[in-house]
Amino acid sequence: MPRQGLLIPAPLERLSRKQIDDIHRASLAILSDPGLVCYNDEAASIFAEAGADVSVLMQGPPPYRTVKIPPGVVERGLQSAPAVITLGARNSENALVMDGREPRVYFVTGSEANTWVDAEFPIYVKKSDPVKEIRVAEFKPRRGMLADLCLSARLSEHLETLDGFIRNVNIQDADITEDIKDVNKVYASLDNTTKHVMVGLTKPDQLDTVLAMASIIAGDDEKLQENPILSFITCLVKSPLQFVDETTGSFIDICRRGIPVAVSSSPQAGTTAPIHEAGIIAQINAEVLAGIVLGQLVNPGTPILYGTVPVRTRMDNLADSYGAVETSQYTIDCTQLARYYGIPNYSTSGVCDPAFPGQQSTVERLFSNILVTLSGPQYLHCAYGLLDCNAAFSPLQAVIDDTHFSMIKYFFQGPRLDGDELETMARQIREVLASPHKLFIRYVRRVLRKGLLSSPYPYEGNEDEVFFKAQQRMEELLSRPVNHIERETAERVFRDIPGLLPRLHPSERDGES
Amino acid sequence: MSDDIIAMLKENVIQGRMTGEDEGVDDTVTGPGVVELTQRAIDEHIPPQDIITGGLTAGMEIVGEKFNAGEYYVPDMLASAEAVSEAMDILKPLLAGTDVKPKGTFAIATVKGDIHDIGKNIVSILVKGAGYEVVDLGIDVPTDKIVDYVREHKPAFLGLSALLTTTMLVMGEVVTALNAAGLREQVKIFVGGAAVSKEYAEAIGADAYCSDGFEAVRILESMSVV
Repeated sequence: MPRQGLLIPAPLERLSRKQIDDIHRASLAILSDPGLVCYNDEAASIFAEAGADVSVLMQGPPPYRTVKIPPGVVERGLQSAPAVITLGARNSENALVMDGREPRVYFVTGSEANTWVDAEFPIYVKKSDPVKEIRVAEFKPRRGMLADLCLSARLSEHLETLDGFIRNVNIQDADITEDIKDVNKVYASLDNTTKHVMVGLTKPDQLDTVLAMASIIAGDDEKLQENPILSFITCLVKSPLQFVDETTGSFIDICRRGIPVAVSSSPQAGTTAPIHEAGIIAQINAEVLAGIVLGQLVNPGTPILYGTVPVRTRMDNLADSYGAVETSQYTIDCTQLARYYGIPNYSTSGVCDPAFPGQQSTVERLFSNILVTLSGPQYLHCAYGLLDCNAAFSPLQAVIDDTHFSMIKYFFQGPRLDGDELETMARQIREVLASPHKLFIRYVRRVLRKGLLSSPYPYEGNEDEVFFKAQQRMEELLSRPVNHIERETAERVFRDIPGLLPRLHPSERDGES
Repeated sequence: MSDDIIAMLKENVIQGRMTGEDEGVDDTVTGPGVVELTQRAIDEHIPPQDIITGGLTAGMEIVGEKFNAGEYYVPDMLASAEAVSEAMDILKPLLAGTDVKPKGTFAIATVKGDIHDIGKNIVSILVKGAGYEVVDLGIDVPTDKIVDYVREHKPAFLGLSALLTTTMLVMGEVVTALNAAGLREQVKIFVGGAAVSKEYAEAIGADAYCSDGFEAVRILESMSVV
């Protein structure tokens, strides 16, 4: 039985049906004029063949064509886009079955952070009162490495609320070249978690090598199609409205092979998209639709997620501001649009601006995590552990996020109310009113023992000990065993797939641990 | 046979099952609860002292250990204490003439002007469960009524409860009134409640400040007055 995710009974919606229709029409108008700038020849040919108005090669740099996609082509592409997409997993109980029409949320982590944040807890003594000692968290950023990605995947395996794993650490070991980066990051992820793994390719020409490895691990090519343990995320459309050459080529290759892929667009309101909500939403919708239509023209029925990562611009430095309230507004609009098309939505929340865990990061991530979850995206990259606009990853923060998501998930449990329950309660109230102490405490125990009460915040203490206790929890989770890839399969992967580093081999891996 | 009943009694105290209809911590424990087993023990002519020490007190000791270890929650502790206090009510007529010495009477009241009684009731359950006789004078109790009760019934302990910063001042008035009536020395005064502090307890001349019912029991047990 696959993972159940979190069904949102009444999803939060900001847009009326008329506004949705208006945005759809506006996006269609944008797709037909001005259309998109296309730097990829093959995509331009595919669109031309389907009936789009493709210009002659224009002078660059680099050279490009404009692709004007008429509404009929868009509608045709949307018709073959599947509403139900399955993302498989090494452990079939961790598979995710997403229906674009149903607001059932799966929580995943993602991005490819360059920086890994360690936490230390030195003791400080108060100058005016030397007897007084406090333990203060110190966060130490450093370059992310392959071992960190392994650790992060292992941790993700044990985070209860985390449904899937998008590789979240950029591996920057001195001996990892661009040519071998993809195989190593995919193997490290698949070997350390039995949950679904999604990656973005560093080098598009590594697609076949990576898929060959996934095929061995899944069993064979057919089993990989049935149980896609690996999927991809691509940003083929750069805002505003430009098909990037290399990534678009990679996307076409992935679609040809029928492997699930998320088309993700991330316009920035104020720089690469209009600052007006109507503008950025109509544009991002056009960008994502263009990608989905291209994929469907390549291989009708291939599974594609409607991926949207809109963000507002900071006015002090024109960088991304994921903590801005508007970012959540845009995101929720997009989730509603995806549901309108009936295509599973890859969305983001919890992205925060500060570089270290603290009050600002907590406020920003919880604010958007709660609201975006309420809107019901199917595949929610909710930034477990990520900081600094997803440029840094803190495993300690990921553990705290897991706790917060368990609270969010608890909140969405349906009310336990029926006729029998109300009758029982009336009897209980009568009994207590007739008792000397008039307390309901004795009836709490049954509920407590059945796990029907939310847990107290696990990191509370006499002083602010949240970080220290979360670190202890993290260490406990990491001490738990992981179901690695079977030895025989791993041996075959190492024999057939070039470029894997010996330190990922089971013999060295187990020797280290 | 008697050993079996005492063992079952102890287990049901640990489970917090006052009667056979109650659910315990462990769903598999069914059958008669503390009340029925206490009566059965009496019917089997088991001495009250054995029932108390081997069943009730021994069970409560385990409950306390589990609570301190974080295995039990406050509702578990209260359920066990309530079951024991019911058993003590059944045993009370049989205790005269035995070696079981009464631990003393603990009178408790929420003071004049205050109608909050959750804390008072929880303290009552725990103190009674610890083997003390508890007399609950109620809520919004006038100072003169408290003084009259102390004069007439001479309880060893008096617990005063108040939730509000305004009504906690009445606690000081009660102490002053007991002093004026010449009764202060014969009773140990415990105070507690959300607004009350150790400093305030000392300022008004109370004997003990209790942050919760468990502390009240601990302090009571540490006092030698009977």
